[in-house]
Amino acid sequence: MSDPILQVNHLSKSFGSNLVLRDIDFTVNTGDVISIIGASGSGKSTLLRCINLLETPTSGEILYHGRNILSRGVNQAEYRSHVGMVFQSFNLFNNMTVLENCVAGQVRVLKRGREEARTHAMEYLEKVGMAPYVNARPRQISGGQKQRVAIARALAMDPEVLLFDEPTSALDPEMVGEVLSVMKTLAESGMTMLVVTHEMAFARDVSRRVVYMNDGVICEQGSPEEIFGHPKKQETVDFLARFRS
Amino acid sequence: MDRLSLLFADIGKLLGRYGGAYLAGVRNTLVLALAATFIGCLIGFLCGILQTIPCAKSDHPVKKILLGLLRVIIRVYVEVFRGTPMVLQAVFIYYGLPYFTNNALRFTSVWAAALLVVSINTGAYMAESVRGGIISIDPGQTEGAKAIGMTHVQTMTSVILPQALRNILPQIGNNFIINIKDTSVMFIISFTEFFAVHRAAVGATYLYFPSATVEMIGYLCMTLAASFLLRALERKLDGDESYELVQADALTMTAGTYNYPDRGSPFDERNPEAVKSMMRESLRRQAEQDEAVRQGQRAERRRETGPSENGNRKGER
Repeated sequence: MSDPILQVNHLSKSFGSNLVLRDIDFTVNTGDVISIIGASGSGKSTLLRCINLLETPTSGEILYHGRNILSRGVNQAEYRSHVGMVFQSFNLFNNMTVLENCVAGQVRVLKRGREEARTHAMEYLEKVGMAPYVNARPRQISGGQKQRVAIARALAMDPEVLLFDEPTSALDPEMVGEVLSVMKTLAESGMTMLVVTHEMAFARDVSRRVVYMNDGVICEQGSPEEIFGHPKKQETVDFLARFRS
Repeated sequence: MDRLSLLFADIGKLLGRYGGAYLAGVRNTLVLALAATFIGCLIGFLCGILQTIPCAKSDHPVKKILLGLLRVIIRVYVEVFRGTPMVLQAVFIYYGLPYFTNNALRFTSVWAAALLVVSINTGAYMAESVRGGIISIDPGQTEGAKAIGMTHVQTMTSVILPQALRNILPQIGNNFIINIKDTSVMFIISFTEFFAVHRAAVGATYLYFPSATVEMIGYLCMTLAASFLLRALERKLDGDESYELVQADALTMTAGTYNYPDRGSPFDERNPEAVKSMMRESLRRQAEQDEAVRQGQRAERRRETGPSENGNRKGER
């Protein structure tokens, strides 16, 4: 196995006196599909946002191919362009059409030519089934469609790893399926993914590793069979029992 | 009726003698208002952007001090120029410059002085509008841009400012209309805009009311035209209410991007076969329709040409 893409060591984050993450250790290897589950407020989203530096960790280090991206002098914007992120609230650019959303980053950040970026964007929009809507604006399409565009926008940057922050939590129930199926096929295509989710079925069926977080620490992690079939910790058992009922 | 016809006669007299001057006044007012609003917007955008540079606790102390200083300077500028009358500012700057430099420096052109005063006045108002416009944009937009690796400048220029600009366009319009009217105080530094012409005309003719009527109508025409144009600009920026589905185009544009033309891409959510058969179906239907139309045309032609075979063609034509 090659070196890990991301290695999180002793990561802590506090908002004021509120300690949200305590001493997290965590590794992402190429091809991993990791689901992070846990109750609201357990620090799942904060961990993901720390990895993408949308939140600055209080202490600890994040190694990207062995290099600590929290040290001074590291180009954070350049790092972010390798780590895609899909948000709960989509965060599509409201002043652009669907196609421009997927082209802007490639042109401005990766300095690709407009035509090349366009072709590349179309390829991914096609894959998420949004090609017919390239001229639509974000306000004109549904939540599920927005999220699929957001996935295409992230993919168009050719990221090494894709972070999903509760991608289906803001969707109407009938739209969850279309987004999850895109994510499932994406996982099967070998994309390295880190998914914070409340969709237990997705965590069980699609991911290769499940991380259960509780109260700012990684309580238990392992294969889906281990976590869902034979959880070792009492907290995990209690959490999963709440979902079954 | 008498009074009205007298008014018209007086206005005619005024326009006959001062028509060219009134027109020149209108031109000067419009040029000054337009240029000052434009420069004022630039100043406002600059101040608004500088004021919203994020400052994290972990940043370098020198950066923090510089940013703090910058914010104080902008604050003072906004409060001073928003909080004093523009007439006074004009006098203050126009006569202040030679006073302080012992006549070494003075405004050679009254245009430059007027433009400077109105611009920085507009800038002070716009700085606050722009700041408001920027902080009104959902922070998610910034996060979305950051997440794909955009720097602060890139985020601002491609995502935040275009949206902020749309939101503050009514404010810009407001300022433009205010400037059309308020440039009238520039007579104080003997700038000959529209209202200055009124002062000159009534000084010679004593036709106060007729000249005021001309001025009222003139200003109203200018502001109405400005309102109309700004509304049109807003509609243009909003873009189309509807959008075109580009199913066919999308497929042709990406022809050859599938790795497996028959199976589709490994994670195509919809079955590409279904899409293709849909396309084929619609093409076939189109062909059928075309064929039907063609048959209909042929039938019609036969009906038209039918009688001609009986030798009636010349009669018909």
